[in-house]
Amino acid sequence: MNLANLGNFFLPLVVLLIFLTAIYQKVNIYDEFVVGAKEGMKTAFSIFPYLIGMIFGINILLKSELLTQILSFFHPFFQAIHIPVEILPMALVRPISGNASFAVMIDIIKTYGVDSALGRMVSIMQGATDTTIYVISLYFGSIGIQNIRYALKAGLFADLVTLLMSVFLVSLFFH
Amino acid sequence: MGIGYSFLTGRVEIINNEIMDSGKNSLDLFFSMFPFMVLWSGIMNVAKKAGILDFLAKRMRPLFRIIFPELEENDEALGYIASNLTINMLGIHNASTPFGLKAMKCLQEKNPHKKIATRSMITFLVLNTSGVTLIATDILAVRRMYGSANPTDLVFITILATIVNTMFALFMDCFLWKVSKKYESS
Repeated sequence: MNLANLGNFFLPLVVLLIFLTAIYQKVNIYDEFVVGAKEGMKTAFSIFPYLIGMIFGINILLKSELLTQILSFFHPFFQAIHIPVEILPMALVRPISGNASFAVMIDIIKTYGVDSALGRMVSIMQGATDTTIYVISLYFGSIGIQNIRYALKAGLFADLVTLLMSVFLVSLFFH
Repeated sequence: MGIGYSFLTGRVEIINNEIMDSGKNSLDLFFSMFPFMVLWSGIMNVAKKAGILDFLAKRMRPLFRIIFPELEENDEALGYIASNLTINMLGIHNASTPFGLKAMKCLQEKNPHKKIATRSMITFLVLNTSGVTLIATDILAVRRMYGSANPTDLVFITILATIVNTMFALFMDCFLWKVSKKYESS
């Protein structure tokens, strides 16, 4: 309860703190705000083409259910290493889209129960990582990087570790 | 790939809808992000002028020296990276994006090859995507809504998972960097 409400206080506090410090440092708040806001507008417009391309690609991939089909092919393998196949869609969608994975999380919580092992695993996966592919394409796209080198490998590796950790920690603490 | 598969399974109508809708979807996202970005870029500039970003960067300097060996001690980007990570830790992802984009821009200014990512850029993104959220308020809200006996019992475990995956990600980042250096120089 308290923890959940803490986040609500944080943002107003940050803003208040920034403005108080600015007054203390005798910064011309309004002028500096406008300068920054103008720059933010430029950034927002410059990332829009990346945004629209990315969302188009991501949604087609998700809606065509190609990924789930490919995944079902590997089910025996995951069962062999004790990873429940029910959470695989979550693992797959999590790096691609935060909203989609949030929906998958709610779906699994509804089906198997919020305090079930599966429900706990997906909650951890949603909380412990960010949308790797989305962040990488947005951030690199915004400054025009075309060769991202090993960034994707390193990012997806973290997501894989999270999948294994969520299964491991839940079986460690709740059974 | 997805389009080809839909032809095989007869789901073409779904893809049709998607082609029509995705413009609208991205506009929705754009409009929900746009005011946020403008507002926060403004506030961010005030914070920068008041010296808050420098302060944050200074505080996290010992840690940054290990994680970003390529950056100079008082690099402007470090202030933005520090703010981005701090806000991410509290689970407010929309507010952290302008700081992150600004950090990337600063790193890009010192990049000799404008189309190739630098080591620091990749390290920053790995830190960002491996996720250092300490309190994910949206997940807590969902868990409470669906009647969890104790919605917050996962907070500690999630933090543990986040720390472990971030450490693994940093190791992997360092390892891949060494591999790529060897490969590129030979």
